[in-house]
Amino acid sequence: MDWDLVRSSLWPIVRGALTGTIPLSLASFALGLAIALVVALMRLSRIGLVSWVARVYVSLIRGTPLLVQLFVIFYGLPSVGITIDPWPSAILAFSLNVGGYAAEVIRAAIQSVPRGQWEAAHMIGMSHGLALRRVILPQAARVSVPPLSNTFISLVKDTSLASLILVTELFREAQQIAAFSQQFMTLYLEAAVVYWVVCLVLSSCQSVLERRLDRYVAH
Amino acid sequence: MSPTDPAAPATPGAGTPLLSVAGLRKSFGDHEVLRSIDLEVHRGQVVALIGPSGSGKTTVLRCLNGLETPDAGRVAVAPDLALDFGRPLRKRDRGALRDRSAMVFQHYNLFPHMTVLENVVEGPIRVQKRPRDVVVAEAERLLERVGLADKRDSHPFELSGGQAQRVGIVRALAMQPQVLLFDEPTSALDPELVGDVLTVIKELSDEGWTMVIVTHELAFAREVSDHVVFMDGGVVVESGPPAQVLGAPQQGRTQQFVRRLLNPF
Repeated sequence: MDWDLVRSSLWPIVRGALTGTIPLSLASFALGLAIALVVALMRLSRIGLVSWVARVYVSLIRGTPLLVQLFVIFYGLPSVGITIDPWPSAILAFSLNVGGYAAEVIRAAIQSVPRGQWEAAHMIGMSHGLALRRVILPQAARVSVPPLSNTFISLVKDTSLASLILVTELFREAQQIAAFSQQFMTLYLEAAVVYWVVCLVLSSCQSVLERRLDRYVAH
Repeated sequence: MSPTDPAAPATPGAGTPLLSVAGLRKSFGDHEVLRSIDLEVHRGQVVALIGPSGSGKTTVLRCLNGLETPDAGRVAVAPDLALDFGRPLRKRDRGALRDRSAMVFQHYNLFPHMTVLENVVEGPIRVQKRPRDVVVAEAERLLERVGLADKRDSHPFELSGGQAQRVGIVRALAMQPQVLLFDEPTSALDPELVGDVLTVIKELSDEGWTMVIVTHELAFAREVSDHVVFMDGGVVVESGPPAQVLGAPQQGRTQQFVRRLLNPF
Protein backbone atom coordinates (compact mmCIF):
# COMPACT_ATOMS: atom_id res chain seq x y z
CA MET A 1 0.00 0.00 0.00
CA ASP A 2 1.31 3.42 -0.96
CA TRP A 3 0.68 5.39 2.25
CA ASP A 4 1.93 8.65 0.79
CA LEU A 5 -0.70 8.36 -1.89
CA VAL A 6 -3.33 7.53 0.72
CA ARG A 7 -2.37 10.63 2.68
CA SER A 8 -2.32 12.97 -0.33
CA SER A 9 -5.56 11.63 -1.80
CA LEU A 10 -7.52 11.59 1.47
CA TRP A 11 -8.50 15.24 1.37
CA PRO A 12 -9.82 15.23 -2.21
CA ILE A 13 -11.90 12.15 -1.43
CA VAL A 14 -13.24 13.54 1.85
CA ARG A 15 -13.93 16.81 0.07
CA GLY A 16 -15.87 14.80 -2.52
CA ALA A 17 -17.94 13.38 0.35
CA LEU A 18 -18.51 16.79 1.94
CA THR A 19 -19.35 18.70 -1.22
CA GLY A 20 -20.81 15.89 -3.33
CA THR A 21 -22.02 12.70 -1.64
CA ILE A 22 -23.45 14.23 1.54
CA PRO A 23 -25.33 17.23 0.10
CA LEU A 24 -26.58 15.07 -2.77
CA SER A 25 -27.87 12.47 -0.29
CA LEU A 26 -29.47 15.02 2.00
CA ALA A 27 -31.23 16.93 -0.78
CA SER A 28 -32.45 13.76 -2.49
CA PHE A 29 -33.64 12.24 0.76
CA ALA A 30 -35.55 15.34 1.87
CA LEU A 31 -37.24 15.67 -1.50
CA GLY A 32 -37.76 11.90 -1.66
CA LEU A 33 -39.52 11.87 1.71
CA ALA A 34 -41.90 14.59 0.56
CA ILE A 35 -42.68 12.57 -2.57
CA ALA A 36 -43.05 9.41 -0.47
CA LEU A 37 -45.55 11.00 1.91
CA VAL A 38 -47.70 12.19 -0.98
CA VAL A 39 -47.49 8.80 -2.72
CA ALA A 40 -48.27 6.92 0.53
CA LEU A 41 -51.38 9.05 1.10
CA MET A 42 -52.42 8.57 -2.53
CA ARG A 43 -51.92 4.83 -2.10
CA LEU A 44 -54.26 4.87 0.92
CA SER A 45 -56.84 6.99 -0.87
CA ARG A 46 -60.32 5.57 -1.24
CA ILE A 47 -60.44 6.93 -4.80
CA GLY A 48 -59.48 3.99 -7.00
CA LEU A 49 -57.67 5.97 -9.72
CA VAL A 50 -55.52 7.91 -7.23
CA SER A 51 -54.49 4.74 -5.44
CA TRP A 52 -53.77 3.05 -8.78
CA VAL A 53 -51.49 5.87 -9.98
CA ALA A 54 -49.50 5.56 -6.75
CA ARG A 55 -49.23 1.79 -7.13
CA VAL A 56 -47.96 2.07 -10.70
CA TYR A 57 -45.38 4.66 -9.63
CA VAL A 58 -44.05 2.45 -6.83
CA SER A 59 -44.00 -0.55 -9.14
CA LEU A 60 -42.03 1.34 -11.84
CA ILE A 61 -39.47 2.67 -9.37
CA ARG A 62 -38.95 -0.67 -7.67
CA GLY A 63 -39.02 -2.66 -10.87
CA THR A 64 -36.30 -0.77 -12.76
CA PRO A 65 -32.60 -0.29 -11.90
CA LEU A 66 -31.62 3.02 -10.37
CA LEU A 67 -28.83 3.29 -12.94
CA VAL A 68 -31.38 3.06 -15.74
CA GLN A 69 -33.56 5.73 -14.09
CA LEU A 70 -30.53 7.99 -13.81
CA PHE A 71 -29.55 7.46 -17.44
CA VAL A 72 -33.07 8.03 -18.74
CA ILE A 73 -33.12 11.39 -17.01
CA PHE A 74 -29.60 12.55 -17.89
CA TYR A 75 -28.91 10.93 -21.26
CA GLY A 76 -32.44 10.12 -22.44
CA LEU A 77 -34.41 13.30 -21.84
CA PRO A 78 -32.18 15.55 -24.02
CA SER A 79 -33.35 13.61 -27.08
CA VAL A 80 -36.91 14.81 -26.38
CA GLY A 81 -35.64 18.33 -25.85
CA ILE A 82 -35.28 18.33 -22.07
CA THR A 83 -31.71 18.87 -20.95
CA ILE A 84 -30.99 18.87 -17.25
CA ASP A 85 -27.59 19.55 -15.65
CA PRO A 86 -25.78 16.74 -13.82
CA TRP A 87 -26.61 17.86 -10.29
CA PRO A 88 -30.35 18.46 -10.79
CA SER A 89 -30.53 15.23 -12.81
CA ALA A 90 -28.96 13.28 -9.98
CA ILE A 91 -31.20 14.86 -7.33
CA LEU A 92 -34.28 14.22 -9.48
CA ALA A 93 -33.43 10.58 -10.10
CA PHE A 94 -32.47 9.84 -6.51
CA SER A 95 -35.46 11.59 -4.97
CA LEU A 96 -37.90 9.86 -7.31
CA ASN A 97 -36.24 6.57 -6.35
CA VAL A 98 -36.38 7.26 -2.60
CA GLY A 99 -39.98 8.40 -3.10
CA GLY A 100 -40.97 4.98 -4.41
CA TYR A 101 -39.27 2.96 -1.70
CA ALA A 102 -40.09 5.21 1.23
CA ALA A 103 -43.75 5.46 0.15
CA GLU A 104 -44.25 1.82 1.02
CA VAL A 105 -42.52 2.27 4.38
CA ILE A 106 -44.69 5.26 5.24
CA ARG A 107 -47.87 3.55 4.07
CA ALA A 108 -47.13 0.53 6.27
CA ALA A 109 -46.28 2.79 9.20
CA ILE A 110 -49.54 4.72 8.86
CA GLN A 111 -51.46 1.46 8.71
CA SER A 112 -49.68 0.15 11.79
CA VAL A 113 -51.26 2.85 13.96
CA PRO A 114 -54.28 1.26 15.68
CA ARG A 115 -57.72 2.20 14.37
CA GLY A 116 -58.68 3.39 17.84
CA GLN A 117 -56.30 6.32 17.39
CA TRP A 118 -58.24 7.53 14.34
CA GLU A 119 -61.48 7.07 16.28
CA ALA A 120 -60.24 9.00 19.29
CA ALA A 121 -59.05 11.79 16.99
CA HIS A 122 -62.42 11.90 15.23
CA MET A 123 -64.19 11.76 18.60
CA ILE A 124 -62.54 15.03 19.62
CA GLY A 125 -63.77 16.49 16.35
CA MET A 126 -60.63 16.31 14.23
CA SER A 127 -60.89 16.23 10.46
CA HIS A 128 -59.04 13.55 8.53
CA GLY A 129 -56.13 15.90 7.79
CA LEU A 130 -55.77 17.17 11.33
CA ALA A 131 -55.97 13.63 12.73
CA LEU A 132 -53.24 12.57 10.33
CA ARG A 133 -50.98 15.46 11.24
CA ARG A 134 -51.47 15.56 15.00
CA VAL A 135 -52.18 11.95 15.90
CA ILE A 136 -51.28 9.42 13.22
CA LEU A 137 -48.07 10.70 11.59
CA PRO A 138 -46.21 11.33 14.86
CA GLN A 139 -46.85 7.70 15.80
CA ALA A 140 -46.06 6.43 12.30
CA ALA A 141 -42.78 8.38 12.39
CA ARG A 142 -41.50 6.29 15.27
CA VAL A 143 -42.25 3.05 13.42
CA SER A 144 -40.64 4.22 10.20
CA VAL A 145 -37.29 5.41 11.55
CA PRO A 146 -35.45 2.05 11.24
CA PRO A 147 -36.63 1.23 7.69
CA LEU A 148 -36.18 4.83 6.51
CA SER A 149 -32.66 4.83 7.93
CA ASN A 150 -31.98 1.79 5.77
CA THR A 151 -33.29 3.67 2.76
CA PHE A 152 -31.08 6.64 3.58
CA ILE A 153 -27.94 4.55 4.03
CA SER A 154 -28.60 2.78 0.73
CA LEU A 155 -29.03 6.17 -0.89
CA VAL A 156 -25.69 7.44 0.40
CA LYS A 157 -23.96 4.51 -1.27
CA ASP A 158 -26.09 4.72 -4.42
CA THR A 159 -25.04 8.33 -4.98
CA SER A 160 -21.74 6.85 -6.26
CA LEU A 161 -23.72 6.19 -9.45
CA ALA A 162 -23.86 9.96 -9.97
CA SER A 163 -20.18 9.74 -10.94
CA LEU A 164 -21.45 8.22 -14.18
CA ILE A 165 -23.31 11.41 -15.07
CA LEU A 166 -20.32 13.63 -14.29
CA VAL A 167 -21.26 14.74 -10.77
CA THR A 168 -18.12 15.31 -8.76
CA GLU A 169 -18.57 13.34 -5.57
CA LEU A 170 -16.61 10.95 -3.40
CA PHE A 171 -16.29 8.10 -5.85
CA ARG A 172 -15.49 10.25 -8.87
CA GLU A 173 -12.63 11.90 -6.97
CA ALA A 174 -11.24 8.46 -6.14
CA GLN A 175 -11.67 7.29 -9.72
CA GLN A 176 -9.79 10.26 -11.12
CA ILE A 177 -6.85 9.88 -8.75
CA ALA A 178 -6.83 6.14 -9.42
CA ALA A 179 -6.69 6.66 -13.16
CA PHE A 180 -3.88 9.17 -12.78
CA SER A 181 -1.79 7.13 -10.32
CA GLN A 182 -2.78 3.66 -11.57
CA GLN A 183 -3.16 2.61 -7.89
CA PHE A 184 -6.68 1.16 -8.18
CA MET A 185 -6.65 -1.05 -5.08
CA THR A 186 -5.43 1.75 -2.81
CA LEU A 187 -7.87 4.36 -4.05
CA TYR A 188 -10.97 2.20 -4.18
CA LEU A 189 -10.31 0.75 -0.72
CA GLU A 190 -9.85 4.28 0.51
CA ALA A 191 -13.16 5.29 -1.03
CA ALA A 192 -14.80 2.27 0.60
CA VAL A 193 -13.46 3.28 4.03
CA VAL A 194 -14.76 6.83 3.66
CA TYR A 195 -18.24 5.55 2.66
CA TRP A 196 -18.15 3.22 5.64
CA VAL A 197 -17.27 6.02 8.07
CA VAL A 198 -20.09 8.19 6.71
CA CYS A 199 -22.55 5.29 7.18
CA LEU A 200 -21.27 4.61 10.71
CA VAL A 201 -22.01 8.22 11.62
CA LEU A 202 -25.48 7.88 10.10
CA SER A 203 -26.19 4.69 12.04
CA SER A 204 -25.39 6.42 15.31
CA CYS A 205 -27.70 9.28 14.30
CA GLN A 206 -30.41 6.65 13.82
CA SER A 207 -29.90 5.32 17.34
CA VAL A 208 -30.15 8.82 18.81
CA LEU A 209 -33.32 9.53 16.83
CA GLU A 210 -34.89 6.24 17.89
CA ARG A 211 -34.12 6.92 21.52
CA ARG A 212 -35.64 10.39 21.29
CA LEU A 213 -38.81 9.06 19.68
CA ASP A 214 -38.98 6.24 22.24
CA ARG A 215 -39.61 8.62 25.10
CA TYR A 216 -43.29 7.90 25.19
CA VAL A 217 -43.21 4.16 24.59
CA ALA A 218 -43.04 1.49 27.28
CA HIS A 219 -39.82 -0.53 27.35
CA MET B 1 -67.47 20.26 36.45
CA SER B 2 -71.10 20.27 35.47
CA PRO B 3 -73.16 19.74 32.36
CA THR B 4 -73.02 22.53 29.83
CA ASP B 5 -76.59 23.61 30.39
CA PRO B 6 -77.11 24.67 34.00
CA ALA B 7 -80.84 25.01 33.40
CA ALA B 8 -81.37 21.26 33.41
CA PRO B 9 -84.82 20.23 34.58
CA ALA B 10 -84.92 19.00 38.15
CA THR B 11 -86.67 15.79 37.21
CA PRO B 12 -84.96 13.79 34.53
CA GLY B 13 -87.41 12.29 32.12
CA ALA B 14 -89.69 15.29 31.83
CA GLY B 15 -90.22 17.28 28.62
CA THR B 16 -88.58 16.76 25.24
CA PRO B 17 -85.73 14.27 25.21
CA LEU B 18 -82.21 15.67 24.78
CA LEU B 19 -81.29 12.78 22.53
CA SER B 20 -83.70 10.77 20.46
CA VAL B 21 -83.03 7.93 18.11
CA ALA B 22 -85.66 6.45 15.83
CA GLY B 23 -85.58 3.52 13.44
CA LEU B 24 -81.79 3.21 13.46
CA ARG B 25 -80.54 0.49 11.09
CA LYS B 26 -77.04 -0.64 10.31
CA SER B 27 -75.63 -3.60 8.38
CA PHE B 28 -72.05 -4.72 7.92
CA GLY B 29 -72.15 -6.62 4.64
CA ASP B 30 -74.91 -9.20 4.96
CA HIS B 31 -74.97 -8.99 8.70
CA GLU B 32 -77.72 -6.77 10.06
CA VAL B 33 -76.35 -5.39 13.33
CA LEU B 34 -79.13 -2.93 14.14
CA ARG B 35 -82.71 -3.57 13.07
CA SER B 36 -84.64 -0.44 13.87
CA ILE B 37 -83.51 0.88 17.23
CA ASP B 38 -85.51 3.51 19.11
CA LEU B 39 -84.06 5.29 22.10
CA GLU B 40 -84.75 8.40 24.13
CA VAL B 41 -82.42 10.05 26.59
CA HIS B 42 -83.55 13.01 28.65
CA ARG B 43 -81.32 15.71 30.00
CA GLY B 44 -79.54 14.52 33.12
CA GLN B 45 -80.60 10.94 32.56
CA VAL B 46 -78.25 7.96 32.66
CA VAL B 47 -79.16 5.19 30.26
CA ALA B 48 -77.44 1.80 30.49
CA LEU B 49 -77.27 -0.32 27.33
CA ILE B 50 -76.88 -3.97 28.23
CA GLY B 51 -77.01 -7.19 26.27
CA PRO B 52 -74.88 -10.10 25.07
CA SER B 53 -71.83 -9.60 22.84
CA GLY B 54 -72.87 -8.91 19.28
CA SER B 55 -76.23 -7.53 20.32
CA GLY B 56 -75.42 -4.19 18.65
CA LYS B 57 -75.17 -2.04 21.75
CA THR B 58 -71.69 -0.73 20.96
CA THR B 59 -72.76 0.01 17.38
CA VAL B 60 -75.61 2.18 18.68
CA LEU B 61 -73.09 4.16 20.72
CA ARG B 62 -70.73 4.51 17.76
CA CYS B 63 -73.56 5.78 15.56
CA LEU B 64 -74.27 8.46 18.18
CA ASN B 65 -70.69 9.74 17.87
CA GLY B 66 -70.54 9.52 14.09
CA LEU B 67 -67.94 6.75 14.17
CA GLU B 68 -70.39 4.59 12.23
CA THR B 69 -72.90 5.87 9.73
CA PRO B 70 -76.28 4.22 10.07
CA ASP B 71 -78.00 2.98 6.91
CA ALA B 72 -81.31 4.47 7.94
CA GLY B 73 -83.04 6.14 10.85
CA ARG B 74 -82.97 9.47 12.62
CA VAL B 75 -80.90 10.93 15.43
CA ALA B 76 -81.85 14.22 17.02
CA VAL B 77 -80.09 16.21 19.71
CA ALA B 78 -82.18 19.00 21.24
CA PRO B 79 -82.65 21.73 20.47
CA ASP B 80 -81.32 22.13 16.96
CA LEU B 81 -79.76 19.01 15.46
CA ALA B 82 -81.85 16.51 13.50
CA LEU B 83 -80.19 14.02 11.18
CA ASP B 84 -81.95 11.69 8.80
CA PHE B 85 -79.65 8.88 7.75
CA GLY B 86 -81.91 7.93 4.87
CA ARG B 87 -80.09 10.70 3.01
CA PRO B 88 -76.31 10.93 2.47
CA LEU B 89 -74.66 12.39 5.54
CA ARG B 90 -72.89 15.70 5.06
CA LYS B 91 -69.51 16.31 6.71
CA ARG B 92 -70.97 19.26 8.55
CA ASP B 93 -73.69 17.09 10.10
CA ARG B 94 -71.23 14.48 11.27
CA GLY B 95 -69.18 17.28 12.81
CA ALA B 96 -72.25 18.66 14.55
CA LEU B 97 -73.04 15.23 15.99
CA ARG B 98 -69.49 14.82 17.28
CA ASP B 99 -69.65 18.28 18.76
CA ARG B 100 -72.58 17.31 20.96
CA SER B 101 -71.31 14.00 22.25
CA ALA B 102 -68.00 12.70 23.56
CA MET B 103 -66.97 9.11 23.91
CA VAL B 104 -64.99 7.12 26.45
CA PHE B 105 -63.51 4.05 24.80
CA GLN B 106 -63.14 0.53 26.13
CA HIS B 107 -59.40 0.56 25.38
CA TYR B 108 -58.98 4.25 26.38
CA ASN B 109 -57.38 5.16 23.00
CA LEU B 110 -55.24 7.84 24.61
CA PHE B 111 -52.67 9.44 22.32
CA PRO B 112 -49.41 7.73 23.35
CA HIS B 113 -47.11 10.47 22.06
CA MET B 114 -48.77 13.18 24.14
CA THR B 115 -48.68 13.80 27.86
CA VAL B 116 -51.82 13.41 29.95
CA LEU B 117 -52.46 17.15 29.84
CA GLU B 118 -51.85 17.33 26.09
CA ASN B 119 -54.30 14.49 25.56
CA VAL B 120 -56.97 16.44 27.40
CA VAL B 121 -56.41 19.88 25.83
CA GLU B 122 -55.81 18.74 22.24
CA GLY B 123 -59.47 18.82 21.16
CA PRO B 124 -60.50 22.02 22.95
CA ILE B 125 -57.46 23.91 21.62
CA ARG B 126 -56.96 22.48 18.13
CA VAL B 127 -60.54 21.79 17.16
CA GLN B 128 -62.72 24.05 19.29
CA LYS B 129 -60.13 26.85 19.16
CA ARG B 130 -60.74 27.85 22.76
CA PRO B 131 -58.02 29.94 24.44
CA ARG B 132 -55.13 27.82 25.69
CA ASP B 133 -54.86 29.25 29.22
CA VAL B 134 -58.56 28.76 29.90
CA VAL B 135 -58.50 25.20 28.55
CA VAL B 136 -55.37 24.24 30.48
CA ALA B 137 -56.77 25.61 33.74
CA GLU B 138 -59.99 23.70 33.16
CA ALA B 139 -58.09 20.50 32.30
CA GLU B 140 -55.97 20.77 35.44
CA ARG B 141 -59.10 21.18 37.51
CA LEU B 142 -60.69 18.11 35.90
CA LEU B 143 -57.53 16.04 36.41
CA GLU B 144 -57.38 17.06 40.04
CA ARG B 145 -61.02 16.13 40.37
CA VAL B 146 -60.33 12.51 39.30
CA GLY B 147 -57.20 12.31 41.45
CA LEU B 148 -54.65 12.60 38.66
CA ALA B 149 -53.24 16.10 39.14
CA ASP B 150 -49.75 14.65 39.67
CA LYS B 151 -49.92 12.76 36.36
CA ARG B 152 -50.40 15.77 34.10
CA ASP B 153 -46.93 15.47 32.56
CA SER B 154 -46.85 11.67 32.39
CA HIS B 155 -47.27 9.74 29.18
CA PRO B 156 -50.07 7.18 28.85
CA PHE B 157 -47.69 4.18 29.09
CA GLU B 158 -46.82 5.26 32.62
CA LEU B 159 -50.44 4.98 33.78
CA SER B 160 -52.36 2.03 35.15
CA GLY B 161 -55.51 1.01 33.27
CA GLY B 162 -57.70 2.72 35.84
CA GLN B 163 -55.72 5.95 35.60
CA ALA B 164 -55.72 5.82 31.79
CA GLN B 165 -59.47 5.43 31.73
CA ARG B 166 -59.95 8.35 34.09
CA VAL B 167 -57.83 10.43 31.68
CA GLY B 168 -60.12 9.15 28.91
CA ILE B 169 -63.09 10.45 30.88
CA VAL B 170 -61.44 13.82 31.49
CA ARG B 171 -60.59 14.09 27.78
CA ALA B 172 -64.28 13.56 26.97
CA LEU B 173 -65.42 16.07 29.62
CA ALA B 174 -63.00 18.73 28.36
CA MET B 175 -64.90 18.73 25.06
CA GLN B 176 -67.93 20.07 26.99
CA PRO B 177 -70.36 17.70 25.29
CA GLN B 178 -74.07 17.49 25.93
CA VAL B 179 -74.02 13.71 26.11
CA LEU B 180 -71.27 11.44 27.42
CA LEU B 181 -70.98 8.05 25.76
CA PHE B 182 -69.21 5.19 27.55
CA ASP B 183 -68.27 2.06 25.61
CA GLU B 184 -67.72 -0.68 28.20
CA PRO B 185 -65.45 1.65 30.17
CA THR B 186 -64.30 -0.99 32.66
CA SER B 187 -64.06 -4.15 30.52
CA ALA B 188 -60.34 -3.78 29.87
CA LEU B 189 -59.48 -3.10 33.52
CA ASP B 190 -58.10 -5.39 36.19
CA PRO B 191 -60.91 -6.08 38.68
CA GLU B 192 -59.29 -4.10 41.50
CA LEU B 193 -59.15 -0.97 39.29
CA VAL B 194 -62.79 -1.03 38.20
CA GLY B 195 -64.01 0.72 41.36
CA ASP B 196 -62.07 3.95 40.77
CA VAL B 197 -63.55 4.40 37.32
CA LEU B 198 -67.09 3.51 38.37
CA THR B 199 -66.85 5.99 41.25
CA VAL B 200 -65.98 8.78 38.81
CA ILE B 201 -68.89 7.87 36.53
CA LYS B 202 -71.25 7.73 39.50
CA GLU B 203 -70.14 11.21 40.57
CA LEU B 204 -70.73 12.55 37.07
CA SER B 205 -74.25 11.18 37.12
CA ASP B 206 -74.84 12.82 40.50
CA GLU B 207 -73.73 16.11 38.97
CA GLY B 208 -76.41 15.81 36.33
CA TRP B 209 -74.43 14.75 33.24
CA THR B 210 -76.41 13.03 30.54
CA MET B 211 -74.85 9.68 29.79
CA VAL B 212 -75.30 6.57 27.71
CA ILE B 213 -73.28 3.66 29.08
CA VAL B 214 -72.69 0.33 27.41
CA THR B 215 -71.74 -1.98 30.25
CA HIS B 216 -71.54 -5.52 31.53
CA GLU B 217 -71.53 -4.37 35.15
CA LEU B 218 -75.15 -5.06 36.05
CA ALA B 219 -74.76 -4.04 39.69
CA PHE B 220 -73.32 -0.73 38.54
CA ALA B 221 -76.02 -0.26 35.90
CA ARG B 222 -78.60 -0.83 38.59
CA GLU B 223 -77.07 1.70 40.92
CA VAL B 224 -76.22 4.49 38.52
CA SER B 225 -78.76 4.36 35.70
CA ASP B 226 -82.25 5.79 35.46
CA HIS B 227 -83.16 3.64 32.53
CA VAL B 228 -81.91 0.27 31.32
CA VAL B 229 -82.16 -0.90 27.72
CA PHE B 230 -81.64 -4.59 27.03
CA MET B 231 -80.63 -5.36 23.46
CA ASP B 232 -80.27 -8.68 21.69
CA GLY B 233 -79.82 -9.50 18.00
CA GLY B 234 -79.97 -5.86 16.93
CA VAL B 235 -83.28 -5.00 18.57
CA VAL B 236 -84.35 -3.53 21.90
CA VAL B 237 -85.92 -6.45 23.73
CA GLU B 238 -86.90 -4.69 26.88
CA SER B 239 -86.38 -1.32 28.51
CA GLY B 240 -87.45 0.46 31.66
CA PRO B 241 -86.28 1.41 35.14
CA PRO B 242 -83.38 -0.71 36.40
CA ALA B 243 -85.40 -2.29 39.18
CA GLN B 244 -87.82 -3.63 36.57
CA VAL B 245 -85.46 -4.70 33.76
CA LEU B 246 -82.79 -6.10 36.05
CA GLY B 247 -84.96 -7.06 39.04
CA ALA B 248 -88.06 -8.44 37.41
CA PRO B 249 -87.49 -8.82 33.67
CA GLN B 250 -90.59 -9.61 31.61
CA GLN B 251 -88.99 -11.10 28.50
CA GLY B 252 -87.46 -14.57 28.42
CA ARG B 253 -84.24 -13.41 26.77
CA THR B 254 -83.72 -10.69 29.39
CA GLN B 255 -84.39 -13.13 32.23
CA GLN B 256 -81.85 -15.55 30.80
CA PHE B 257 -79.20 -12.84 30.31
CA VAL B 258 -79.63 -11.32 33.74
CA ARG B 259 -79.64 -14.72 35.43
CA ARG B 260 -76.46 -15.77 33.64
CA LEU B 261 -74.59 -12.58 34.54
CA LEU B 262 -75.68 -12.72 38.18
CA ASN B 263 -74.96 -16.47 38.58
CA PRO B 264 -72.28 -17.40 36.08
CA PHE B 265 -71.97 -20.96 37.42
